Amino acid sequence: MKASSIGAFFKKYTMVLALVAVAILFSVTTNGKVLYPQNLNNLISQNGYVFTLAAGMLLCILTGGNIDLACGSVVCFAGAIGAVMMSNGINMWLAVIAMLLVGLAVGAFQRYWSAWVRIPPFITTLAGMYAFRGLANVVLQGYAVPVENVAFLNIFGGGADCYIPDFFHNANFNMTCLVAAVIVAVIAVLMTVRKVAVQKKMGIIKSGTADLIKSVIIAAVIIWFGWKLANYKGIPSVLIWIAAVLLIYNYITTKTAVGRHLYAVGGNEKATRLSGVNTNKVFFFAYANMGLLSGLAAILTIARLSSSQPTYGQGYEMDAIAACFIGGASAYGGIGKISGVIIGATLMGLINQGMSIMGMDSNYQKVIKGLVLLLAVMFDVLSKREKK
Amino acid sequence: MANILLEMKSITKTFPGVKALDNVNLQVEEGEIHALVGENGAGKSTLMKVLSGIHAYGSYEGDIIYNGQVCKFSNIKDSEKLGIVIIHQELALVPEMTIGENMYLGNERGKKFAIDWNTTYAEADKYLKMVGLAESSKVQIKDIGTGKQQLVEIAKALAKQAKLLILDEPTSSLNEEDSRALLDLMLEFKKQGMTMIIITHKLNEVAYVADRITVIRDGTTIETLDNHGPEPISEARIIKGMVGREMTNRFPARENVPIGDINLEVDDWTVHHPLYPERKVVDGVSINVRKGEVVGIYGLMGAGRTELAMSIFGKSYGTGFSGTLKIDGKEVKMKKSVSEAIKHKIAYVTEDRKGNGLVLPQSIKVNTSLANLNSISNGMVIDQDKEYAVAEEYRQKLRTKTPSVEQLVGNLSGGNQQKVLLAKWMFAEPDILILDEPTRGIDVGAKYEIYCIINDLAAAGKSVIMISSELPEVIGMSDRIYVMNEGKMVSEMPASEATQENIMAAILKSGRGA
Repeated sequence: MKASSIGAFFKKYTMVLALVAVAILFSVTTNGKVLYPQNLNNLISQNGYVFTLAAGMLLCILTGGNIDLACGSVVCFAGAIGAVMMSNGINMWLAVIAMLLVGLAVGAFQRYWSAWVRIPPFITTLAGMYAFRGLANVVLQGYAVPVENVAFLNIFGGGADCYIPDFFHNANFNMTCLVAAVIVAVIAVLMTVRKVAVQKKMGIIKSGTADLIKSVIIAAVIIWFGWKLANYKGIPSVLIWIAAVLLIYNYITTKTAVGRHLYAVGGNEKATRLSGVNTNKVFFFAYANMGLLSGLAAILTIARLSSSQPTYGQGYEMDAIAACFIGGASAYGGIGKISGVIIGATLMGLINQGMSIMGMDSNYQKVIKGLVLLLAVMFDVLSKREKK
Repeated sequence: MANILLEMKSITKTFPGVKALDNVNLQVEEGEIHALVGENGAGKSTLMKVLSGIHAYGSYEGDIIYNGQVCKFSNIKDSEKLGIVIIHQELALVPEMTIGENMYLGNERGKKFAIDWNTTYAEADKYLKMVGLAESSKVQIKDIGTGKQQLVEIAKALAKQAKLLILDEPTSSLNEEDSRALLDLMLEFKKQGMTMIIITHKLNEVAYVADRITVIRDGTTIETLDNHGPEPISEARIIKGMVGREMTNRFPARENVPIGDINLEVDDWTVHHPLYPERKVVDGVSINVRKGEVVGIYGLMGAGRTELAMSIFGKSYGTGFSGTLKIDGKEVKMKKSVSEAIKHKIAYVTEDRKGNGLVLPQSIKVNTSLANLNSISNGMVIDQDKEYAVAEEYRQKLRTKTPSVEQLVGNLSGGNQQKVLLAKWMFAEPDILILDEPTRGIDVGAKYEIYCIINDLAAAGKSVIMISSELPEVIGMSDRIYVMNEGKMVSEMPASEATQENIMAAILKSGRGA
């Protein structure tokens, strides 16, 4: 009984354990540099786009293993439009709205071909990948367009001051950051306590100990992370955007009817349609939403890099897809979680960063990334295979 | 006494946590048809997997003695080399390939890098003739019906030089006519000296075709019955062995509930095929069902029963609809929308629970609520505690056997999956339930429970339409019976006047008339 429960634990948390193992590995090989406050800060800032795109990609994958190949190009296209608008002195919020709307429109447009003309999404988004890359080039006329709007950079995580200001004005330690982390951690634990109490009362679960321990561990990680960031410059503004996206999409996938429909369509499309669900709408939601998040990723990208260039966003779609699969999403659809996406994206980011700090040749870095994806999915498949 | 071709001695097979087979013994004589019966999960399929080498030697205890030799199969190829060929319940044919290609898939004629297509098709045609198929082996599988596909499977087995043929539920997707033809073919093979093992739930087939019958229950052999007497063995006798008690009544008695007004009335209903719009699949059908009534629809496969049901259910099948649909006397003009049908309190419980009914990788809870998420949601947000309570309520009401409603539906047995499917549609709170083959592929005990649920629904004033290919079931459960053939409604009779003979006669007569 005990051995099997340990086995079940490993099965459930394979990727979390892998993440911890990789973190330990890199702290040894880099003499702890990978966990320096500044590097943890970079881990977030550099990977904002992965978290954002992967959240959207997860919804597409849930509907039946469908992927969006175009999102990298859409990031470039929307970013180009925003950068050109701002460089022409247009209000930054107008540019922000324009970028989001462009993304949304592209997503809806691509889904239109899949839904009504019945072209597989793989093809429509492959077409989009070429077309929007080209259009981005047309908008930029082949040049890099700098983004110099300081407010835009600060809010969306670019430039030197893109941090939440410290209200305590300490010189070397950002107290606001630590306080915020503690508050978030406490809220997380309290919510679990409440959930456990309700479910116990209804007889859904007998013991909530495992849930409580899990929430305490998560809370500890949040506080640790907050403390690390406090030792650098505090909360990077991009973290707020990432957190918002992940919280919202976690809510959508676990608590709402449309989220439920995504899983149902991926599990059995025909049965879902015969249950009175408009499956076309479900697919439409997934892809339009992917477009919207591509718009947000475009904003974060041009802010982070303070410019827009024709090469931006290349390979982003693959990073997002990899994060989903490393995080345990099923390539056939119907299975996958936002928490998995967080693990997957963090793992990829950590490996990138660890290898860079070690000074590894960037060509070999790609080889390692490929192997990690393969290994991660292999472990996942093997650990979930039923012993028959 | 005839030669013993196969003997399986004290086979014990354990999966982590469960003993699937416990000391099972099976003796098959040369040249006989041996039936293997037992409820779902009794261990029949596991036993056959052991025999065919899917469960390799070493993963079980006990001995397989074939032709006097102890066999140690490590995979299917090993057992097929000796002429033991299994035909699985789910047809393993590639629809886009020809009959010939399918028959020699993995067993190609000619050289490895140069398939000899002439030999392939010539040999394939030879075996097709043996099973009585007139089709050329160059026809694609998707262009022939299920009955013929089953025959192709048998021809494929013959092409492997089968000496011992194992048929796992060969008639489960066939209609009465095709089933009978298949059984007769088996008898014909027997005359030529072939030995066969048949696994089936249909006990009338067992009585018709089998020489001896081995009953398995809960992973152990209960008894082996002889069917050589002057009278075929009675179904009640076999059932007794299967369930371990006498089943005095296969159909529960209906409480005497008054039948109310006409609830659903369909008049002159015509539906065309979605891909070949010139073809009428349902042709001028008129039916009605009253509150508290169970109406049976009988017909052979391809009669248009499922198509009729699905076209009534929010036009989820077909094109070019015509005819009128009245609910409680008022005409309803429905768009092509399932959700509208649900709003009009119609539910359709599909015959294909895995393909069209359930989301297998999701939990019982999620499946139960899927068709009526609104009632447990505040706006767009699902109240998951309420959802759990609902799923739990139906689990108890229908006595679904599962440790928890969080269990994935894919892990349940057929009977329990059927209960989840029923729970899903009962939770949608319909007034009119169309049940399409509600007991297909589930065992005797679970069937009885499903029948009780149907009676309860009728007693609660619901209108039930039950589509079935099993004549005793239609006659035993319905108040009134419609008979369909080739898209037309050919007869209507009260259950009290219905017999198997006059229902079949109605079908035959209509066939000749047309």
